[in-house]
Amino acid sequence: MAKTPATAQDLSYEQALAELETLLSSLEGESKDLEGTMALFERGKALITRCQELLEKAELKVQQLTSNGELTDLKEQG
Amino acid sequence: MFISGLIDTYSHQVYANPMENDLSDLTLQVYSVTDLTAYIRAVLESNENLANVWVSGEISNLSRPASGHIYFTLKDAGASLRCVIWREQARHLSAVLRDGMAVEAHGAVSVYEQGGQYQLYVDGLRAAGEGLLYQEFLRLKTKLEAEGLFDEEHKRPLMRLPKIVGVVTSATGAAFQDILNTLRARCPLVKVVLAPVPVQGEAAPELIAAAIEALNFSVKPDVIIVGRGGGSLEDLWAFNDERVVRAVAASRAPVISGVGHETDFTLTDFAADLRAPTPTGAAVMAVPDISDLNIELRSYVLRLSQMAQDEINMRRYDLVTDAHRLENLSPLWQVRQGMQRMDDLSLRLAAGIRTSLRTEAARLASIVGRLIVLDPQNVLRRGYALVRDESSALVDSILKVKLEQTVNVLLHDGSFDATVKGIKK
Repeated sequence: MAKTPATAQDLSYEQALAELETLLSSLEGESKDLEGTMALFERGKALITRCQELLEKAELKVQQLTSNGELTDLKEQG
Repeated sequence: MFISGLIDTYSHQVYANPMENDLSDLTLQVYSVTDLTAYIRAVLESNENLANVWVSGEISNLSRPASGHIYFTLKDAGASLRCVIWREQARHLSAVLRDGMAVEAHGAVSVYEQGGQYQLYVDGLRAAGEGLLYQEFLRLKTKLEAEGLFDEEHKRPLMRLPKIVGVVTSATGAAFQDILNTLRARCPLVKVVLAPVPVQGEAAPELIAAAIEALNFSVKPDVIIVGRGGGSLEDLWAFNDERVVRAVAASRAPVISGVGHETDFTLTDFAADLRAPTPTGAAVMAVPDISDLNIELRSYVLRLSQMAQDEINMRRYDLVTDAHRLENLSPLWQVRQGMQRMDDLSLRLAAGIRTSLRTEAARLASIVGRLIVLDPQNVLRRGYALVRDESSALVDSILKVKLEQTVNVLLHDGSFDATVKGIKK
């Protein structure tokens, strides 16, 4: 691909999914050389792994906006 | 007969004072208590004002016998009025009655003949002051509506998967816990930022409005949930305050309101981009369900592995074809030239081709190895299905099918056609 892609590990779920969609359209489109195709598949696998990881490890983050405009982590009671 | 004469008079002169005509009869004759009481009852029930009246007062002598009917006395400084709520109406009461409670009761005045008492037969009841609040509610609603604050075209769409969900509610209320529990269960990918506010009382409206602005300014959430749990109309009143309604309408991030219960409507609901029946409902609307995301992801896995399979098959076919062409070419070359040197050359060429073929074959083997993980058959064998429409396009959303459309469902051991009988979200 022309642009240098970010490491899949740095992508958010939506970003990874959006790139996956583009990648699949590209694979469905014009044919590329073996190297290019392989690279796309590898990238696709990395993106899917990233998404699966995000879904499995997701843990709700809860913060509180204080009156002076600062964000603090909110520890839940109970 | 006296009573039939009375009834005649009553039925013919519903709006006149029935007493006038019969005054002479009454003074001349002696009537039974029953007859007189029936007459009084008829008189009271014939009065339109008494048949449909609101009365305000304080509840006393509240009694709820096992029959399910409710009895009490409404009183103020100057008088008292016996009241009855029949069981059927009592069931529909939203307010919990207690002695000393100031209420407004609606009903009809009639007579309890055995007890010799006139009383109010109540068919509706609300806490005192709610009538005034409701008028104020309607006045403000009309005003803000005219300004266009509730217009449909101002409603912003929600992001499918928000990164940050802002919440404006009380930090200690059950509503916030409900929202957190729902978000955690549905979509723990999101980050929640609470802007804690009091949700009732004098200071609430200003602080709620300020919290919405502050969230927009410093957190820039993708969606904001504004809400609180159920309560009386008075408890929910902050969400009918003009400042709150304007802050909701002006919010940069789309706002989902979840105030009170299903039956409660506030002006905040009208100004919000989406109205949820409860705080929990608002959290449901704010984020997608993680199991849906998982299903979607699986469809991507299937698409990618299917494509990998196709790619491998295509290249394998190309290789075989090339190999045949080369084999055919080299003997021809030999015959035509008949020269030792050429013979050598062609042998070397054939060897080179074999090497390059071997390299390609090894490369392919590694592709197969890496993609075997993605083999759609493995996924299908676990019980998933791949749904395609008539043009073989993947159906990965309910938006891509219509009722009665025929789809092809691929399982690991074959496929079948199915007709879409219902679409649920």
